[in-house]
Amino acid sequence: MRASEVFEVTMEHLLLVGISVAVALAIATPLAILLLTRARLRRWTLAAVNVIQTIPSLALFGLLLPIPLIGGVGKQTAIIALVLYALLPIVRNIVVGILGVDAGVRESAVAMGMTASQVLWQVEVPLAIPTILAGVRIATVATIGTATIAAAIGGGGLGTFVFRGIASANMTTVLAGAIPAALLAIIADEVLEWLERRLSY
Amino acid sequence: MPSYHRWTSRIKVNVPALIEFREVAYRVGGRDILRGVNLTIEDHETLVLLGRSGSGKTTLLKMINRLLEPSQGTITFQGKALSDWDPIRLRRSIGYVIQDGGLFPHHTVEQNVGLVPRLENWPVEKTRARVKELLEAVGLAASTYGARYPRQLSGGEKQRVGIARALAADPVLLLLDEPFSALDPVTRFGMQKHFAELTKSFGKTAIFVTHDIREALMLGTRIAVLKDGRIELLVSPKEFAKADTPEAMAFLGTLEGGAHAGV
Repeated sequence: MRASEVFEVTMEHLLLVGISVAVALAIATPLAILLLTRARLRRWTLAAVNVIQTIPSLALFGLLLPIPLIGGVGKQTAIIALVLYALLPIVRNIVVGILGVDAGVRESAVAMGMTASQVLWQVEVPLAIPTILAGVRIATVATIGTATIAAAIGGGGLGTFVFRGIASANMTTVLAGAIPAALLAIIADEVLEWLERRLSY
Repeated sequence: MPSYHRWTSRIKVNVPALIEFREVAYRVGGRDILRGVNLTIEDHETLVLLGRSGSGKTTLLKMINRLLEPSQGTITFQGKALSDWDPIRLRRSIGYVIQDGGLFPHHTVEQNVGLVPRLENWPVEKTRARVKELLEAVGLAASTYGARYPRQLSGGEKQRVGIARALAADPVLLLLDEPFSALDPVTRFGMQKHFAELTKSFGKTAIFVTHDIREALMLGTRIAVLKDGRIELLVSPKEFAKADTPEAMAFLGTLEGGAHAGV
């Protein structure tokens, strides 16, 4: 196992995480905005994504395997599972962040004659950015960890080394997967936290 | 000059009042917040709504820019029913100031004051000149304060910016909801004096909500006393001193002996 191979697999892992978090964010944003004004739907949806979160990741990968079109062995199934996991923290933090915007600020925005979409995009979203980013950070760090298990269903990434190492009782191979995964998680956490601080008011 | 007299009185009849409330009620959750409110507001007056918390004064104010809709009755603005106004157009012609200013924390002072002109797509240069003019008018140097964020301002400075923002697009009416209540007494007194000069020099009509009778006497051209969702009394500050309705007397009683004459 060469360093270049570790690097390549680390990049593959990062891609898997990047795509999953990006897709989760793309789904979570309109979903969260839809939920803002619908309290009942909000409770049910958050409960549903909460339930998904409690399913052990290996079990979720297993459950997805036999489903036609989205299932099967490979990256696609891995990404779908990772997206489902990343949804909760992102949706919840967008909703909480926007609902938490100071009532006086929101009222002034409306009273000054801003349209609903101006209030949302020029006032509520910018003020909720730190909370939203905190959700993205939690989702990213968790996905970096969960993505190692995706190797079990052919998702690739650093989990490949971990599973291969366990199967052949080779500790070095296990660590070649585990150490970069841990480092990725720590770096992602730090970078996103820095961004969060930069963008708060 | 009988014909002249007839002519002027005709005009008076034909020019609609700026705002007119007719039998307005507001009910929420089975509770009456406002009942049977009839009120006419003319141009260039400062009407003070005086009352305790829960008297309905803020509710009354918020109906004028349609933050709240009446459960009963009608309100007209410039002779046209509020329900026929596009709420966005309506709100952009009415300035609004609340207790903590409601400034956007992520915008600079300059951006905050220039908000409505920006929404109205004023040319950048015109907006900048207007912001500068208004900041100076409320006593803040644009060069010192323009680039600051609200968190870098004192309470009094925030309210000054809030008033400048409300005036930015030259609204026909200002609504103020206890704008000075959270300020220390010295700052508050300075702001009150300054506000009185401002409304005079800008020729603005203002509706001012307060629970402070001194403020009401100092700023109002008329004072409406609200009690349990009704207007108990509507008089000039001079007449207010002789008021004999229960709530007005309760407010007068909070002034130390004879002090109200001098306020």
